[in-house]
Amino acid sequence: MELFAEALAWIFSSDAQSGSLPLSEAIATHLAFTFVSVLIAAAIAVPAGWVVGHTGRGREAAVALSGAARAVPSFGLVLLLVLVFGVTHKVGASTTAFVLLAIPPILAGAYSGVEAVDRRVVDGARAVGMTPRQVLGRVEIPLGLPLLIGGLRSATLQVVATVTLAGYVGSWGLGFYIVQGIQIRDFAQILGAALVIVVLAVLLDLLFALLERAVVPRGVRARHETSS
Amino acid sequence: MRTTRRTTALVAGAAAALLTLTACGGDADPLAQDAGDDGEEMSSDTIVVGSQAYYSNEIIAEIYAQALEADGFTVERNYSIGQRDAYMPALEAGEVQVFPEYTGNLLQYYDPETTATTADDVYAELSDALPDTLAVLDQSPATDQDSYNVTAEFAESNGLTTIGDLADLDGLTLGGPAELEERPYGPEGLADVYGADVAFEATGDTTVQDLVAGTVDVANVFSADPRIQTEDLVTLEDPEGLFLASNVVPLVSSDVADQVADVINPVSAALTPEGLVDLNVQSTEEQRSSEDIAADWLSENGIG
Repeated sequence: MELFAEALAWIFSSDAQSGSLPLSEAIATHLAFTFVSVLIAAAIAVPAGWVVGHTGRGREAAVALSGAARAVPSFGLVLLLVLVFGVTHKVGASTTAFVLLAIPPILAGAYSGVEAVDRRVVDGARAVGMTPRQVLGRVEIPLGLPLLIGGLRSATLQVVATVTLAGYVGSWGLGFYIVQGIQIRDFAQILGAALVIVVLAVLLDLLFALLERAVVPRGVRARHETSS
Repeated sequence: MRTTRRTTALVAGAAAALLTLTACGGDADPLAQDAGDDGEEMSSDTIVVGSQAYYSNEIIAEIYAQALEADGFTVERNYSIGQRDAYMPALEAGEVQVFPEYTGNLLQYYDPETTATTADDVYAELSDALPDTLAVLDQSPATDQDSYNVTAEFAESNGLTTIGDLADLDGLTLGGPAELEERPYGPEGLADVYGADVAFEATGDTTVQDLVAGTVDVANVFSADPRIQTEDLVTLEDPEGLFLASNVVPLVSSDVADQVADVINPVSAALTPEGLVDLNVQSTEEQRSSEDIAADWLSENGIG
């Protein structure tokens, strides 16, 4: 437990607050990378996922893409993109890598959410005279929201953990302390930074858990409560 | 309520994982790797030559190996054993008997508090610091050590030749691996020894590219890095000994030291700093195998 105590001590030490990257700045850049990457990924993957789920077209491609993209080694991707973009665009290169990482789970959440809507409900919506656009906007998307949020949730968790790699290419994020700590054999610093990442991940996960519950439409929730 | 329960399980799982992780704390080094030995004994006329997982180190190891073979030894090659923490146990146990090392970095491994920086002081201290089972043969004039570099253009327009000249410039950024910030020769050492104040930027694996692109002004590059030649960089002189001298030195098991000294000492003497850079260029620029590079070098230098 000694190392654990030292790690906690490191988090609150003056060492962590000074230097070329103070802890507060590391947390800020870590979260900024995470949010910007997930937002960009969502802007691409959510509309695409909805179209795929609604029309059923391109479903095979979406499944294949989200499966294959999970196998991409993120560390290699970060370094490769830094070299491709050039060292003056390290932030853009790293963000692109994280966006690519976040797209598959969001895409899967978006199309499976729309797809999972009971066909009878969709038929019912059509029967009362809704246009396809209204079916998507008023029935499929709201009912599919919990699954979409689930996709965003896993994307965010994956990205918040992977942003650690940004520490390999520049003075950003909590990964910086880990990369530095390994070389100077400062295990308290490594574990301390890792603990902060864990705390961020757990907090973000809790946030999404609440959001996931909040977006369940009233009618659906009422039915679940009476049936269970 | 299903989601909340899942979250609770996740938090509990994370906490459990952390406890497991810290349980192995204490004094032990949690990152130490198994040297991968299988306790196999070598017959006395077989010499095991090892190397780090670093192309330049492997070339030197291959030169030792071929020189030994030319002298009638049977050589077993055990290259790319990783970094110091991984291979030193194997060397101390005598499973690897000849290994190219670097005086300064090796001294720092045994004596992190050392204050020696010049080549001769470092060599003398290193000889004392080694355990009884290990010995170093003569050190080579070739070095592979940290150095501060600027682009030739930057050196010319600011009249830079030594690290001390940096003190006259303002707003400089120093680039290097993340750990440079904490090293004695890092930003703090620069200020203490040469009075040069610099900001620090971690540039990881792209330090040289960053220097060339201008995102940093001064970069920490190994002195034998071929890119100092190919990218037209200028290495700033270090008259005050900010950097720990790190000459190439053969680290050997004490029980074979006398046998191999006659073969390897001439190799060390013939290997010059420029010669080492040249070997590295052949590997990185011409993509030649360490076997070919070593064979050519030995015949050019009339050894073996």
